[in-house]
Amino acid sequence: MEFDQELDTRGLLCPIPILKTKGAMDKLQPSQVLKVVSTDPGSVRDMEAFARQTRNPLLHSRVDGKDYIFFLRKEG
Amino acid sequence: MDSTPRKMAIIATKGTLDMAYPPFILASTAAALGYQVQIFFSFYGLQLLDKNLDHIRISPLANPAMPSPMPLPTLMKALPGMEAMATGMMKAKMQKKGIASLEELRALCLDSGVKFIACEMTLSLFELDRSDLIDGIDFGGAATFVDFAGDAQISLFV
Repeated sequence: MEFDQELDTRGLLCPIPILKTKGAMDKLQPSQVLKVVSTDPGSVRDMEAFARQTRNPLLHSRVDGKDYIFFLRKEG
Repeated sequence: MDSTPRKMAIIATKGTLDMAYPPFILASTAAALGYQVQIFFSFYGLQLLDKNLDHIRISPLANPAMPSPMPLPTLMKALPGMEAMATGMMKAKMQKKGIASLEELRALCLDSGVKFIACEMTLSLFELDRSDLIDGIDFGGAATFVDFAGDAQISLFV
């Protein structure tokens, strides 16, 4: 999947991946896509919640080995 | 997004390391999710606004669920140095696991617009000075908290 920015949060636990994701989303232009990589198993549910609460759609997520990978599109 | 932001109101009353984390974690996360957040720091929770957080420790005493590398009788947990040891071990474990320090989380809260209110009554009670506390905070009493929490969607007492 194509993306505009990538954020690596590997090795960090809650709530830092979400806080960094928020910071990265703020820097995007509307309709740009952020790829987030996390190793926190809690980020699966949390990223869905983040997407819902901030209304930035979670386009796709997958597991790759120990990595959880998410693609979020900036609202607008 | 709705025009009026949703709100989260938290009262932080505990000054131990384990009880210091939840208010800062929840507040910073709610702010990232678009909430307007206030934390009211009262009683021992006021210590979480101290410029220096080195005295925020975990107590193995009266904390029977705390995982320990070896089983310790309760009386042993009261011995001098046990608290410092437990705190050191907990902080090292947190760092290894990728958990942010209290100082980092507190700064992240302030950066994301979380409002900290220091309880005036507690300042008087413990004879603390405003200059002991970090900059950028507000001061108030119970009515200040209720005024904000009155229409908050989430209110928590920690």
